[in-house]
Amino acid sequence: MSQANTYIRGEYSLRRAENKKAFREGMHDGIPIGLGYLAVAFSLGIAAKHAGVTPFQGFVASFLCNASAGEYAGFTVIAAQAAFVEMAIMTLIANARYLLMSCAMSQRVKPGTPLVHRLIMAYDITDELFAIAIARPGYLNPNYSYGAIVIATPCWAMGTALGCLAGNLMPDRLVSAFSVALYGMFLAIIIPPARKSKVVAVVVVCGFLFSYLSSVLPVVSTISSGTRTIILTVLIAGAAALLFPKTSEDEERTEDVAA
Amino acid sequence: MKNWIYIAIMALVSFAIRATPMTLFQKPIKNKFIQSFLYYVPYATLAVMTFPAIVEATNSPLAGAVALAVGIVAAFLGAGLFPVACICCAVVFILEFFV
Repeated sequence: MSQANTYIRGEYSLRRAENKKAFREGMHDGIPIGLGYLAVAFSLGIAAKHAGVTPFQGFVASFLCNASAGEYAGFTVIAAQAAFVEMAIMTLIANARYLLMSCAMSQRVKPGTPLVHRLIMAYDITDELFAIAIARPGYLNPNYSYGAIVIATPCWAMGTALGCLAGNLMPDRLVSAFSVALYGMFLAIIIPPARKSKVVAVVVVCGFLFSYLSSVLPVVSTISSGTRTIILTVLIAGAAALLFPKTSEDEERTEDVAA
Repeated sequence: MKNWIYIAIMALVSFAIRATPMTLFQKPIKNKFIQSFLYYVPYATLAVMTFPAIVEATNSPLAGAVALAVGIVAAFLGAGLFPVACICCAVVFILEFFV
């Protein structure tokens, strides 16, 4: 990783060995995500089929949208043949958490990084790809994200198309087992920092607890899960930031420990 | 044809949501609160999305709960992304033979 604090021309060129390495690491970390995506997208494809979407349309939708909840919501709009405005609002709400993730990610992009890198990284901000990118110390190397994208996105798009085509061919037991892969990855991302920082540990426990409560309490549980995720994220991260403000020096220190 | 219009709207909105902050915030935000807030966002959001969803994703809620516990222990002991994901899948696959 370069030590300079602003982008230098050609810094992220794939001709550089360090960028090739980052790209390979991205591909490596993209494999488990891709496998999880195949399984999840498969079930998404089944929903798309019921909405009257062709396998090719499903492939294109997944390739462009990269969103599980967002696409699922979108396919229900197609199934209902609802107004185009409704599609826009539904997509906006179901994907609103990516707005937060994009804000968080923007703070880790090296100042001066060209727009094209920002846009390609933004294109595939998903729960999983955001998580693995943000888990790396220091400034984000776009090549790491690109490595993960070239593995994960085709899996996501193919899985959707296959689900559209094959419907319920995959054994139920396998779908069930695959469905926890993504959550396992989330745990591998949030638990190690929680072990190092008490505040992060409290944030994680509060996340589990309030998420559970909001799913069973009357009224609150009628809000869609995407919206609940946004509300809880803002409340918990906001409270943590108020009570335990974190300076960028703190962060560098913990990153040194992690590295 | 109508499906393609729906898909185009989905794609445009999905991209705009992700691209706007990344292009808007070109410089580091100096405000300490916002800095801290954005630091905690990934942990809060991933925790919220993991539980209780992991328990609801599996055929047997018990298998999902055990996968959660085993996943936490494995991650605590330092297992990486792929190992933890595989361990969780294996736990569900094996347990669902019995429950």
